[in-house]
Amino acid sequence: MRPLLAILCLLNVTYVSGNTIIIGKNRPVNTLRQAISMAKAGDTVLLQRGTYKEGNIIIDKSIHLIGVDEPILDGDHKNEILTLTGTNISIRGIHFANAGYSSMNDFAALKIIDATNILIENNTITNAFFGIHIANSTNSIVRNNTIIGTNKTEHLSGNGIHLWKCSDMLIASNKISGHRDGIYLEFVSKSIIENNKSLKNVRYGLHFMFSHDDTYLGNSFENNGAGVAVMYSKHVRMENNLFDKNWGASAYGILLKDISDSHILHNRFIQNTVGIYMEGSSRIGIGKNIFQANGWALKVQASCDDNTFYQNNFYGNSFDVATNGTMVLNRFNNNYWDKYEGYDMNRDGIGDVPYHPVSMYAVVVEQNPTTLVLMRSFIVSLLDKAEKAIPGLTPENLVDNNPMIKPNKL
Amino acid sequence: MMRIENLKKRFKKLQALDNINAMFDNGQVISLIGPNGSGKTTLIKSILGMVKADEGNIFVNGNPINDDPSYRSRIGYMPQIGRYPDNMKIGHLFRMMKDIRKMPEAGVDTDMLIRFDLMSIFEKPMRTLSGGTRQKVSAALAFYFNPDILILDEPTAGLDPVSSEILKEKIMLEKMKNKLILITSHILSDLDELATDVMYLQEGKMIFLKDIDTLRCETGEDKLGKAIARVMQRNTSLG
Amino acid sequence: MFKLTRYVLYDILRSKVVIAYTLFLFAVSIGLFQLEENQSKAILSLLNIVLIVVPLISLIFTTIHYYNSYEFIELMLSQPLSRTRILLSEYGGVALSLISSFMIGVGFPVLIYTFDATGLALLFTGIALTLAFTSIAFLASVKSRDKARGIGSALLLWFYFSLIYDGLVLLILFSFSDYPMEKFTLFLSALNPIDLGRIFIMLKMDVGALMGYTGALYKDFFGSGAGIIFTAGIMLLWVVIPLLLAVRVFRKKDL
Repeated sequence: MRPLLAILCLLNVTYVSGNTIIIGKNRPVNTLRQAISMAKAGDTVLLQRGTYKEGNIIIDKSIHLIGVDEPILDGDHKNEILTLTGTNISIRGIHFANAGYSSMNDFAALKIIDATNILIENNTITNAFFGIHIANSTNSIVRNNTIIGTNKTEHLSGNGIHLWKCSDMLIASNKISGHRDGIYLEFVSKSIIENNKSLKNVRYGLHFMFSHDDTYLGNSFENNGAGVAVMYSKHVRMENNLFDKNWGASAYGILLKDISDSHILHNRFIQNTVGIYMEGSSRIGIGKNIFQANGWALKVQASCDDNTFYQNNFYGNSFDVATNGTMVLNRFNNNYWDKYEGYDMNRDGIGDVPYHPVSMYAVVVEQNPTTLVLMRSFIVSLLDKAEKAIPGLTPENLVDNNPMIKPNKL
Repeated sequence: MMRIENLKKRFKKLQALDNINAMFDNGQVISLIGPNGSGKTTLIKSILGMVKADEGNIFVNGNPINDDPSYRSRIGYMPQIGRYPDNMKIGHLFRMMKDIRKMPEAGVDTDMLIRFDLMSIFEKPMRTLSGGTRQKVSAALAFYFNPDILILDEPTAGLDPVSSEILKEKIMLEKMKNKLILITSHILSDLDELATDVMYLQEGKMIFLKDIDTLRCETGEDKLGKAIARVMQRNTSLG
Repeated sequence: MFKLTRYVLYDILRSKVVIAYTLFLFAVSIGLFQLEENQSKAILSLLNIVLIVVPLISLIFTTIHYYNSYEFIELMLSQPLSRTRILLSEYGGVALSLISSFMIGVGFPVLIYTFDATGLALLFTGIALTLAFTSIAFLASVKSRDKARGIGSALLLWFYFSLIYDGLVLLILFSFSDYPMEKFTLFLSALNPIDLGRIFIMLKMDVGALMGYTGALYKDFFGSGAGIIFTAGIMLLWVVIPLLLAVRVFRKKDL
């Protein structure tokens, strides 16, 4: 009961005076539907252990539904299990199983529409089309939920946590796997996405569009089909996240498309096909990140301008930077590049020779991807050496004038 | 015993062996002579299986030589120039050979090792040896396995007179044991006096194969050297 | 059967060249691991050693050894030994000594400093390339008549496998850039043991980039048990076929 009290405080609601309704197989109230219809605003409904198959249930009053010993709400593969609308509703400790699939509607295990002050906590959702689907809502929390999908194809699975047109939301410490997108946000603003684990999703671990002023902290995105996609947004902060093993034909640690005025700080990009792929993005500060063992640490398309890459550490990436044009309007400064071969005569820790992170071979591969199979061959290293001696093809002004001799301390 | 039948070998333009027929018996010491490039070495190498003849056959103790290398266990061979692995020691070499031939300690003939005093330098690596010492090693190796047939290619070429004499004595000894011994030389050497027969090759052809007595009779020369010289003269004047 | 190998090996292991080769590899490996702050960079430099130096030394050393052993081989031929056995014994001796050099010089440091999948792939490739190029060198040696020609052809072969071949592949890839070439290049890589070894290591080192281009094709292929068997199998062919050809030539050859 203690966590419950905590939530009461958190939600700042006034149901302390409300009644408690207990649902159980051998009790007077033995269906959820019955309990919900009986409950008044401020009441607490305790769902006891058991499996309940009651089709779709709608909650539109301020009640607190709490599972005791993980009761199961089973959608029988054809229903949306729970639909919430209104204010001050909380759902805790319930296992939502087998929600229905529909190619016409976005069926979800738990759908929240036009709501405020909602708390979804400590629930488990298995085998759902969409896990938690929130639309047109504000000031709500989705926390500590485990959402496990079935890893079907993109068309047959929905998103783990899906937010549409929301603001001031907190999505924290959830674990999502096996869905289309782990976390999907569209038109979501002023929200925080924190400490979530999104892995093995069919498409993106995190996918957001037209969502401004949001913050992503300490999440980890691993082994997703295509990594993380961030599109058409402004003022986004992405910090302390881990992007690991997002590899595949068009997979990225982060895909940035038309993003501006944002920050990408203190993240780790490990073994992704592309650490950060960016196009049409401006005024982004990318600093103090670690890029390790990625195919390409950065792919910066020519449509990007005024971005700054500073104090990042690059280790063991197949390619550090690739670009598709010769015009470069971005700055590189004080990064550590393990491929740097310059010297530091004045011992100030900064290499005396500028570093050009785009190799000749990276340009060749960009033009003809098949040549990738020649990576690390003798002829390729000769090409790169020749280009370094007589630069011709690589973009001349994509350069770090102050490369670090030792890795930045991060 | 050994029989050579219609042996032919051609190296590109050069007819190295041109229809050689010969028969050697145990107890014979054959001096195989002829000018440079006459086919002596090719003949020896054919017998040893190093050169594959184009036509013809060689029979060793009645059996034709083919891909089965076992007949070579009856043959001791001393090459013209012996070169051995640089870092191998003399003792090691003999041990290895024994190993390869699977010969028990009792069966080997260490006579030459003793006569040439090679035992005392058993620990010396091959690369430190002089040409003469290497020849001694080669000679000792040829006799080591007590073979029925000995093939010695220019055996005295690099040897000092004393060693030469030792080798000669050994050949005499083996001859007494009824072995077949084949010695090549392109010049007339002092070994020729050991010979019971002379085989003369020129431009791949066998000019003659005669025993010493016949040769002496025919040429009227008592000394073998002169007898051969006379034959050679006659031959060149004919040719 | 391989009594002779033991003696050949014994002789080679005492040769200055092999000792120098071992020391060189050992010094470079230890030096790289000590100097480089991160091991991926050291591994990268070792990769170049494995792909460039190992084939070169294997080819040159084998060729020179063959010609220096010519008289010894003749002597062996006068013994009751088959030619196949003599050549295979020589091969065994040379290959084993080069592999021991490699394992002491590179294997030992790698096992100490970076005992992981990439390190093991590197060692596997080094051993396989040593065996394959020793085999190729024997073929080149028995086919060429004199030492100069033999060493010349060994150098040419090295140049071909380590540089020219990849240059041709590059040319082909650019000439047919409009066609899907993934599977074809996979096939091409099998025709050069250095490329095969390189891609095998790349799958551990550059899996991100490879996945980007080929999707899962290469990874699924090489990463699977079947792929590893395929790689090992093709490598084995690169060892066995030149060696068998060398034996065939050697058996018919006049010495």
